[in-house]
Amino acid sequence: MGLEILIAAVKALTVILMVLSLAGVLGWVERKGSALIQDRIGANRASIFGFAGAGLVNTMMADPLKFLTKEDVIPTGVDKLLHTLAPCVNLFPVIVAFAAVPFGDTVEIAGRTIQLQAVQLNVGVLFVLAMASLGVYGVVLGGWASNNRFSLLGGIRGSAQMISYELGMGLSVVVVVMTFGTLDLQEIVRAQGHMIGGILPGWGVFYQPVAFVLFFIAGIAETKRVPFDLPEGESELVSGYFTEYSGIKYLMFFMTDFAEIAVISALVSTFFFGGWQVPFLGDDGFHFGSTSMALPKLIVVLLQLASFMVKVLFFCWFQIMVRWTMPRLRYDQLMRFGWKGMLPVSLLNLVVTAVVIVAFQEWRV
Amino acid sequence: MMEQYLSVLVTFCLAAGLVGTMVGAGRLLGPRSDNPVKGESFECGNPSSGSAWGRFSVKFYMTAILFIVFDIEVVFLYPWAVIFRRLGWFGLSEMAVFIFILGLGLLYVWRKGALEWD
Repeated sequence: MGLEILIAAVKALTVILMVLSLAGVLGWVERKGSALIQDRIGANRASIFGFAGAGLVNTMMADPLKFLTKEDVIPTGVDKLLHTLAPCVNLFPVIVAFAAVPFGDTVEIAGRTIQLQAVQLNVGVLFVLAMASLGVYGVVLGGWASNNRFSLLGGIRGSAQMISYELGMGLSVVVVVMTFGTLDLQEIVRAQGHMIGGILPGWGVFYQPVAFVLFFIAGIAETKRVPFDLPEGESELVSGYFTEYSGIKYLMFFMTDFAEIAVISALVSTFFFGGWQVPFLGDDGFHFGSTSMALPKLIVVLLQLASFMVKVLFFCWFQIMVRWTMPRLRYDQLMRFGWKGMLPVSLLNLVVTAVVIVAFQEWRV
Repeated sequence: MMEQYLSVLVTFCLAAGLVGTMVGAGRLLGPRSDNPVKGESFECGNPSSGSAWGRFSVKFYMTAILFIVFDIEVVFLYPWAVIFRRLGWFGLSEMAVFIFILGLGLLYVWRKGALEWD
């Protein structure tokens, strides 16, 4: 029992450090990436003994330290308890959701088989969706507790947007569950290990391209970033629901933003791009048709970890690119797209998938 | 079975500890100085227009109600989605009736103009 707890704690700690460092790196990628897109230089001032590390020192060390040592202003009119609770409620579910995503197959250490997944649940899909929908509380509480009109508007806009796009997200995940017949995230990844016709990897995106597009759009809407950044909308609402926050609490809202990008990328890779799967790579090495190349188990595990990270980073970069390329939607366009676009299309996708799978029972993954 | 939820508990504790530490560290390390102007709510420098705890558009309330209706229907789809291969045509036709009624509901709120935002 003690050992079980220790193993769980080590894995959870690894994942938490992973998501925090991803959030930090994404902060850097966003600043430098936006500079690249807009033909600027970007963050380059802070340095240690003349070493600026292309802005890494600035975003990974100077920024957090500065946030940490700034005053945490709590305005007089706010609901003090909820005001402090909101950033915590915002950050907590994102970290926990990331912990349910498998980042590798199993490894054997000292005779024990260890799953490379911090939270192993046979209902992992439901767990992730539940945590994703908890995120809306942080937005509502932050907006309401601040007792500021900009914050309140940002908070209710954010909640209406998040719940509207959650429908499209939930329905596209139902289709994924139907395709693979399980709610276990690790099983979903394992089911994507085969090759279609020996050349195409058996990833979810080749079975459910429509669900992939729907899920990714809904995911970007859930992170509340451009083109769906109306809850923050700095040109109209100052900073939206976190206008009245400063110091470390402001940083926590920011970290949630980046951690959400990482979670959405991890989920897209897990559901539609084979998670840690590497095409042609089996348990014992590469297999190309009749020829094969044996590899030690350790190398296979490392390749799978690298595959997961590459996919996650690719989708993170893609989201940042979207963020700096698109204009912001208008609120009525946003709601119309969610309710009259995403919802009917995802329902139709569900019905078509169900009929096709039942009609061709042999068409299975 | 319970071991699965042990890892959930451990992760919850660690994540809660992390966010607690962050808020606590900010309290400890940050300076503190109060003055009445700083305590006002920020409205771009204008004098505050008063408390925000008042009424806001009923549209948001409508959206929330519609969300609850449709989200619960989505939740009902999950158990079916896991085993619908085994249920075959019978399960599919049962679910088709369910989704048809759901679609009628969507059509109704659409025609009623509940999804318009102006």
